Amino acid sequence: MKIIVCLKQVPKNDSILRINDAGSWIQDRDLTYEINESDAYALEAALQLKEKHGGEVIALSLGPARVQSVIKEALARGADRGLHLEDTAFDQLDAFGAAATIAAAAEGDGFDLLLTGLQSDDHGYAQTGVIAAELLGLPHATIVMDLQTEDGGIKVKRELEAGFFQWVTMPVPAVFTIQSGINTLRYATLKGIMAAKKKEIKKLDAAALGLDAATLAPKQQIKRVYFPQKSKQTQMIEGTAAAAAATLVEKLKNEARVF
Amino acid sequence: MLNLQPNPIYYSSEHEQFRKTVREFVAREITPFINEWDEAETFPRALYRQSAEIGIIGIGYPEEYGGTPADGFYSIIVADELSRAGSGGLIASLLSHSIAAPPILAAGSAELKARVLPAILSGEKIAALAITEPSGGSDVASLKTTAIRDGQCYIVNGEKTFITSGLRADYFTVAVRTNPADKGAGGVSLLLVERDTPGFTRTPLKKMGWWCSDTAHLHFDNCRVSIANLIGEENQGFQTIMLNFNSERLGLAAQAYGLAKVCFEDALAWARERKTFGAPLVERQVIRHKLVDMAMKLEATRATLEDLTSRVENNIGAPNLLVAQTSMLKNFATQTMQFCADQALQILGGMGYIRESRVERIYREVKVLMIGGGAEEIMKDLAAKQMKL
Ligand SMILES: Cc1cc2nc3c(=O)[nH]c(=O)nc-3n(C[C@H](O)[C@H](O)[C@H](O)COP(=O)(O)OP(=O)(O)OC[C@H]3O[C@@H](n4cnc5c(N)ncnc54)[C@H](O)[C@@H]3O)c2cc1C
Repeated sequence: MKIIVCLKQVPKNDSILRINDAGSWIQDRDLTYEINESDAYALEAALQLKEKHGGEVIALSLGPARVQSVIKEALARGADRGLHLEDTAFDQLDAFGAAATIAAAAEGDGFDLLLTGLQSDDHGYAQTGVIAAELLGLPHATIVMDLQTEDGGIKVKRELEAGFFQWVTMPVPAVFTIQSGINTLRYATLKGIMAAKKKEIKKLDAAALGLDAATLAPKQQIKRVYFPQKSKQTQMIEGTAAAAAATLVEKLKNEARVF
Repeated sequence: MLNLQPNPIYYSSEHEQFRKTVREFVAREITPFINEWDEAETFPRALYRQSAEIGIIGIGYPEEYGGTPADGFYSIIVADELSRAGSGGLIASLLSHSIAAPPILAAGSAELKARVLPAILSGEKIAALAITEPSGGSDVASLKTTAIRDGQCYIVNGEKTFITSGLRADYFTVAVRTNPADKGAGGVSLLLVERDTPGFTRTPLKKMGWWCSDTAHLHFDNCRVSIANLIGEENQGFQTIMLNFNSERLGLAAQAYGLAKVCFEDALAWARERKTFGAPLVERQVIRHKLVDMAMKLEATRATLEDLTSRVENNIGAPNLLVAQTSMLKNFATQTMQFCADQALQILGGMGYIRESRVERIYREVKVLMIGGGAEEIMKDLAAKQMKL
């Protein structure tokens, strides 16, 4: 089975975030980065499938030179080779542009499974995998917690709401977005890290992927990023216990909007 | 200062990846349990295998024995990251093979290496080094434990003491006198003694610190050890022991640096958080100065440690001068640790005296690093001799 895993590099979750001068995104100076959490679980799921059924795991990352460290980490954990999608034309992509770029690269390489994380920890759109599947015209499932092969196809367990699950079976090739916490992440061992030095990382730019400016032009823009306003108010509610409770419920509902 | 980016002269992206692995490993598998282990005076044996799996145990050993060839900076990373759990005792026991196995690799026969190294490097078997005797550890050349040849065996008699992993180890690299006529360095050999050898017994020792590390007194009573277990040539063991001390001392320096850094970090965090008389401690000049003094010594230690590691790795400098540097660094790093543990405990106040604080434990671990692997005075004598003062 040939599996491409999409790995996004995101700011470490304990980073101290500042907003950039233009107010359009976070300042990327001084940040340290890591693999997006659910993507790491997607990689682990891919490695486990490979161990069981054989095949190849390809680590794909889209972004500037620094994202190579994410690819190298995946190679150290056991991925066979890397695809690095790098071009200044990719700097301002929205979810559609990222999905189009990934879809072009994945189609070019060929695959049985294309895995992404459920959503990225920075933008949190949860769109990339789904749009890529649509662009590729492939079946897909989201919030996947388990993957099993079945009669040449694949059977996956999806997380629904309120503790419910759904099993769906579909043919391959297919695209899945993977939930965090579904497996135990392996360490990048010293042997793996040393072996990764010899593994191939292929670079692909917009021209190589046949992507034009129109496809990459953002369809969605972030106008302004700001910290939530913190406000604190204290109100004393007077009256009998019953009346005060009724007022409290009313205020929680209509003013604080907690339910 | 402690967030200074690692110097790319010494650390590649692979080093940094490995640092990340070890950091995650320590945070997940060690830190949550370390207080419990220390109080119980042990830690799970499975930790050896887990550590071996991620590559900690096999650093620098050939692949044919299950190791991973890698430079000395990987070992610094291991010492640095394991230190974050705040227990030097854990490091001493978990890495006791790092003083026991190098003589086997350097001088052992092909058969011996193939027989014991893979099991040690995979974390299945534990290895210990036994040099020190009740009659003294500094003067190695005068050791008294004898191994007298009898056919295809040596008959070993004597005692060793303060031996790390002494209770749990499966293999012991033991310094013995094979030529009783020679009372000095010329009569010393190294012999691998296996755990189940009849006549070989061990008793535990209670200690000031390093609680989770087992330390034992070893008794050899007419133990028959096959000549196949001789490590290197007969009566040629002393030189191997001395060479082994150099890498041990560099490792101890790295550990002292790592633990000193933990003291600084905990002191800084506390000084920022703790308020007295309406202001955080860190705003008091006297506290800031303490922190700067700690940082200054740490930085000087780090710079020397990295410089020397690079020199040893690349053979830059006359061997005798590298030995002198190593001896001085061992003293300097342990003095840095002593200073930082003391200052940090003072800044933490009563909290620093309470068990379960990393600083409290590290404070109790200072002296073993200033004595073990060569006492401070011995290090100075050695440095003076090597520098031909
Ligand atoms: C917890 C722990 C673990 C240890 N683990 C091991 C182990 O795994 N394997 C092993 O072989 N050993 C081990 N040791 C032993 C350690 O290496 C010795 O304690 C050390 O070498 C000093 O030897 P000694 O204690 O016999 O002190 P001695 O040699 O008796 O010296 C006592 C003190 O006298 C001073 N001194 C000695 N000689 C001189 C001199 N010429 N001039 C001036 N001052 C001098 C020093 O201050 C020294 O500390 C361990 C020790 C401890 C405490």
